Amino acid sequence: MIPAPDLAFTLNGRTVSTVDGSIGAPSMRLLDLLRLHAGQTGTKEGCGEGECGACAVLVDGELVNSCLVPVGQLHGCTVTSIEGLPRVDPLVTAFARAGAAQCGICTPGMVLAARALLDRVPQPTLDDVREALAGNLCRCTGYARIYTAVLDAATDAGPGKAGGR
Amino acid sequence: MSAVDPVSGQPPAPWYRPVSLADALSARARWRKDIVAIAGCTDLMVGWNAGARRLPPVLDLSALAELRSIEAGPDSVTIGATASCASIARHPVIAGRLPMLVASARQTGSVAIQNRATLGGNIMNASPAADNPPVLLAYGARLTLASVRGIRTIDYASFHAGYKRTLAEGDELLVSVTVPFPAERVTAYYRKVGTRRAQAISKIAMAALIERDDGAGPAVVRNASFGFASVGPVPLPAPSLSRSLRGLPLSGIDRAQVERALAADLAPLDDIRSTAAYRRSVAVNLVLAAIDAAREAAPRG
Ligand SMILES: Cc1cc2nc3c(=O)[nH]c(=O)nc-3n(C[C@H](O)[C@H](O)[C@H](O)COP(=O)(O)OP(=O)(O)OC[C@H]3O[C@@H](n4cnc5c(N)ncnc54)[C@H](O)[C@@H]3O)c2cc1C
Ligand code: FES
Ligand code: FES
Repeated sequence: MIPAPDLAFTLNGRTVSTVDGSIGAPSMRLLDLLRLHAGQTGTKEGCGEGECGACAVLVDGELVNSCLVPVGQLHGCTVTSIEGLPRVDPLVTAFARAGAAQCGICTPGMVLAARALLDRVPQPTLDDVREALAGNLCRCTGYARIYTAVLDAATDAGPGKAGGR
Repeated sequence: MSAVDPVSGQPPAPWYRPVSLADALSARARWRKDIVAIAGCTDLMVGWNAGARRLPPVLDLSALAELRSIEAGPDSVTIGATASCASIARHPVIAGRLPMLVASARQTGSVAIQNRATLGGNIMNASPAADNPPVLLAYGARLTLASVRGIRTIDYASFHAGYKRTLAEGDELLVSVTVPFPAERVTAYYRKVGTRRAQAISKIAMAALIERDDGAGPAVVRNASFGFASVGPVPLPAPSLSRSLRGLPLSGIDRAQVERALAADLAPLDDIRSTAAYRRSVAVNLVLAAIDAAREAAPRG
């Protein structure tokens, strides 16, 4: 019938494509491409159905759940998983300082959800943070430390204190 | 890595990603419902991830720029079928004129879901619990469907024919949704009653648009339109309620009246999320709350 299209996109600064074989079937979940084929195992699988946010990554700067994204839709996009954040991202520092990670399964998704928020709303309120992170479940921390970390990171990165970007 | 379907281990199903609507419609005409249209995949991938079967051939709509745009005119806004809930909620004209649509778009799952979920997918998935349909019903939206045979528009209120059945033909795609701006002196009231704010499927949701007539005497209902979710097999307008309220003074509408009218409009069920009796009584409460809000907005109460 119709052949699978040629497909290429940027993953954490590198190009992946069907031409060099780094992408297989277009129906492959972005989550599987990351973990099984690109060696980017920072992204976690929790529920596999969009409910938990453990698999969250940024596509063109917007938060998405990679378990619900077939790679066939990503032609020309820029994908950033936790490995693609700058090492000095103020969020990572703030999470560590606030004790916002315990088992750490939710942390990559939480950090990226927070990154997407701060890129849009540099000085969020607690309500903004709650809403932005509502799709990211954490079984360990009870959330309070996570919210604190995000608000701290916003302050750290505020005017005069340039953070990671 | 070889190109195999990750689920079946067989060669992948055909995957078609046209960049023009004409090409998409030709594919739809040729394969009809054998080719699955995909948009944000937030409904489809959940099913595909759960069932270990070979994926069907896919018609990916995500490269069609013409399906993604949001165009504001003088009297209405036309929202492309693949516009995301996030882009709808952020749109300045929608924010100014259609606040209930902003509210429903921002309740369509978490941020990560809203970024991918499309308005067209929310409609075409045809869940009776979907969040945007009640609002589209209350605002009197119209749908534009296209096929190689041409383009047609239909009232959204007539689109859902039965549980998970719509009036879309096998060769058609949903192209856009046109939402007229409401008249002056309207009160828009939308509530989703669920369990947890961001993600929960609604137990019941209602959107109401109540237009007042502020004549010499007490304010009366000139027009009232409603949309309900999770109180029947499809998203439901409430035509008998609308008829029964027309012309009544906003301060003189009682519970029994609303109950009677709604009994004819709604067909709630008992299910794991709630009971029929609870849903009926919440529906009446929501209507009364909308009427209260309209009365409070009137100059002479
Ligand atoms: C975790 C989670 C939470 C959710 N929460 C909510 C919620 O709170 N409220 C809510 O209403 N929904 C919710 N949903 C459901 C879903 O996100 C929405 O229904 C969404 O709008 C579907 O859009 P989509 O683009 O992702 O659809 P897809 O999955 O791409 O498609 C859905 C259906 O529509 C068809 N289709 C799509 N576009 C077209 C078109 N243009 N023409 C013809 N057919 C088309 C497809 O063939 C398919 O049958 C949730 C889903 C998940 C996974
Ligand atoms: S694994 Fe993707 S949202 Fe849970
Ligand atoms: S730290 Fe364990 S799930 Fe959040």
